[in-house]
This record gives sequence, C-alpha cells and structure tokens, in this order.
Amino acid sequence: MPTSVLIEVGEGNLREGVNSFLRSILEKKMLDALLVPLELPSGGMTAPALVSDPAMLGNANPLAPIMTVSTARLASSLTKVAASQRKVGVVLRPCELRALIELIKLKQASRENLVFIGVDCYGTCSVKDYNRLCQETPAPAEELLKRVKSGDESLLRDACRVCEYPAPINADIAIGLIGTDTGKGFLVRADSAEGESVLEGLGLKPGVAVPEKEREKAVAELAASRTKNKNELYSRFEVETTGVDNLLSVFSACVNCHNCRVACPLCYCRECFFDSATFDWEAEKYLGWAEKRGAVRLPADSLLFHLTRLNHMATSCVGCGLCQEACPNDVPVFPIFRKVGEELQKMFGYVPGRSLEDELPLSVFREEELGEVGES
Amino acid sequence: MEDKKEGITGEYGETAGKEEFEPSLVGFFCNWCTSTAADLAGTTRLQYPPNIRPIRVMCSGAVDPVYVLRALCSGADGVIIGGCPPGDCHYISGNYKTRRRMAALKTILKTLGLDDDRVWVRWISASEGAKFARTMREFTEAMRKKGPNPLKNRWSI
Repeated sequence: MPTSVLIEVGEGNLREGVNSFLRSILEKKMLDALLVPLELPSGGMTAPALVSDPAMLGNANPLAPIMTVSTARLASSLTKVAASQRKVGVVLRPCELRALIELIKLKQASRENLVFIGVDCYGTCSVKDYNRLCQETPAPAEELLKRVKSGDESLLRDACRVCEYPAPINADIAIGLIGTDTGKGFLVRADSAEGESVLEGLGLKPGVAVPEKEREKAVAELAASRTKNKNELYSRFEVETTGVDNLLSVFSACVNCHNCRVACPLCYCRECFFDSATFDWEAEKYLGWAEKRGAVRLPADSLLFHLTRLNHMATSCVGCGLCQEACPNDVPVFPIFRKVGEELQKMFGYVPGRSLEDELPLSVFREEELGEVGES
Repeated sequence: MEDKKEGITGEYGETAGKEEFEPSLVGFFCNWCTSTAADLAGTTRLQYPPNIRPIRVMCSGAVDPVYVLRALCSGADGVIIGGCPPGDCHYISGNYKTRRRMAALKTILKTLGLDDDRVWVRWISASEGAKFARTMREFTEAMRKKGPNPLKNRWSI
C-alpha cells in the first residue's frame, strides 16, 4: 500500500501548502535540489529554476498555469553530459514527465539520481493570457483552477484543452489536485520505492482518509471531457487541414524560423538536418527551381521541413503544444503533430511516456508484422 | 503569381504537349536484390516503361524517408522502394527497418490527406527479373491513372 496523504491547507493557501511541502523536502535533506518553477523577481512570470536553498521555495509556483519551456528539456541539459551523484527532484507536469521518459529512452537524459515529482495539471495558458491573468489576480493558479473546474476552459491553450493526461504517470511522488477539494488540501502519494523513502523521511504517514477512489473517478471524467474536445479538434482537422490545398494554406505563414523545433522537447538533434550543409545550395540551383515552376518560394522547403520533423519525432510526440506556442506567426501546427502522432502511435501500439521499457517504435522491428507493406 | 497548373515541364516531368500523362517516377533499389533484378530484367530483354529513374542504394534501409519526401515535394509522381524480401536482407535486418519507416511515412502522408499510394514498397529478389519488369509496369500504370502529383507545380510549398 503506497503512502498517500492529504495535506491540509487553509482556504486560498494551496500554493503555500505545496511550497511548504517542497520546502520540507530540501530542509530535511531528503533531496539535494529541486528543479521547479519560481516566480521571477519582476513578478507575474515564472521560470523553471534549480533550487538548492529551501528559503527560495517561498517563490515557487509549481501550479502556475504557464509552461514557457518544457522541463523535460531542462532535465536533459542537466543530466546529458554527466548525472550528478546528488539527488535532484524534478517537478513536472504530466506532459513534461512523459516527454522526459521519451528523452531518457532516446538517451538524451539520465534517470539516475532524479526523483520525479509529478503534479496534476488542469492546463496552461499562453504567455499573453497568463500575463493578463496575473494583472487581474494575485493568485493566477487558483483563479484558473476555479475557472476550469467550473467549466470555463477559454484561457487554456489548444493542446491543454485536448489533453487526456491531466494526472502524472511514472512519477516517484505525485501531487494530486484532481478530485480533491483544493480549498482544503492536496494529495501527496508515493508512486515508487524512491518516492516512498522521501515521504517516509518527511514523516508523512497515511493518517488522513485519502479520496483515492474519488480521485480516479475525477481524473477519468476530466480525461473523457478532454477526449471529447480532442475529437472535435480532429473533426475540424479533417476539414481544415488535410489535403494539399489546406496544408499549404496552414503553412502559408511559415517563415522557416524553426522555432517549433527549438521549443519541441523531443527534437534533440545537436545539428538539425535542416540547418546542415545539405540545404546550402548554389544560386543556380534556386534559379533552376524557379524556372521549373515559374517561381520558387523562399525560404524554400517549409512543407518538407514539417513533414520531416513529423517523421523524426511524431512517434514520441506527447502533445504538449509548445511548437504552436513558439510560432511567431500563429501557424496552427499543434493539431497536425497531435493527430499524426496519434495515428503513428496507434499503428505501433505505442504510448509515449507510458513506460521506460516500451521500445521506441523506429528503433526496433518484428519479423512478423506489417505484411501489408510490400504486398501489392 | 498563381501556381502553374498544367502543361509545364515539372522537375522530373516531360508532360508538355503529350496526349497521355507520362508520370515521372523515382525508384530506390537495393544493391543486392532489386538492382540485381533490374539487371536481370535488362539482360533478359524484358520490356518495361522508361518512366522510372532508378537510384541504386546499398540497402533499402539506407533510404531515409526524407529522400522520398524530397522527391514528392519536387514533383515526382511516384516513388518506389525496392528491397530484398523480408528475411533475406544482405545486412540481416535492413529491410525490416525499411518496412517500419515506410509504414510510418505512409501513415503521415495519409493522415495529412496526401496520397500515400504514390509511395510503393516492393520486395524483389535478385532472381526475379520478371517480377521487377512487371512491378515497374504496374507502378507506371497506376501512377499514370492517378495523374500528376498535386505538389508538382506548386511554387509555394
């Protein structure tokens, strides 16, 4: 039976409650540092930070409904060269945790000495909406929670509105909000032996009745309503995005800045193929293309870029939607990556982020499979 | 300027002024099986249409999907990948990897409403010259029926 505790907080003190839980982890030296979003000194905006001093955690805001960068990427930077012998807790949203699992399998991050603290996520806003929310209220996290719980999802990003993973999987410690009266408290649960030992060290004992059943039900309900949103998105995708004309119209504002690739937690190549010398052409080549079609759009190859990026990462796409957030021209790339990713994942029976043991679809094969490929 | 539609020579095309559409086709054939089958077809004087531009690669597993995408975006009307039959790869397992990659590529195209039937994968062993010639005839005929690749004359892709 895993340790599962309801930590009580006073009305309106959810953030402080979560922060003091995190602080106790550092104070009792259960972990050496935490990677967690801190509110920046300028106020409003938060940014992930590696925190070693527990006093800094007063500024932590792990529930802030904003994700400017995927923490999966940061955990990769932190551990790729050499993992530390000290233990680092990484506070992750469910999509970040799933992306990190993929990066570990892609050998871009190390699991060693990391403790995953997964946090329930009702969704995040765009930077613009978050800024606005911060001006309206001193407690944006609680405000958004309230709105989403009452059915108002208008501030959520597209990706979050269609996300069926509001609860973390593969965490060592899960922080639960869903199915809990967040005005009164939040749930802390150990999901691994590692998490168990941290919670034990904190002296947390399962004394309070924990609404685990209710929670499961609430998570399933939220996932179902998000799936409904997703299916609506897919219906629009069929009409608005598929086919040559639609695709070219979707990508018409693409300027090949490749920001989507930079923001993507899974696009990890040190040098992207599209930045390589392969795409350095002499003027004659461009002129040749121009002559063949009357004109050639520059910068060239934007459709090829997106199709190739799909080919490279869509089997592992976790649907975080940061690609779309990063686009300077609001090209709606998210539905494309989400839908294509899902079709590929279905074909290979693969769920990104589900398990460290599942094999990456494009790095393995079975002798008996896909008989239809190659048959006439 | 509007995308040019018909009657213009595409990157691989020679469609101008012809009654029947002649597709421009690209083939990636592995060195050990399908390319050898192509040689056999040639030395046994088997006829097949000249639409196919064969490119010999060491293994079908060496065909990066971006080669296929590049050909399609550049206006090829069809791309065919030929490899050793599953189980007979010269490099033991290259064609099994081809199979997953091309299945993935076709799924991407299909999901986006691009015509994945313009990409064929066929296993043709070194002794199957007749199958090679027949497959090229079938492929050419199927692509001729489809008509030009809609990406062919788009300047704005």
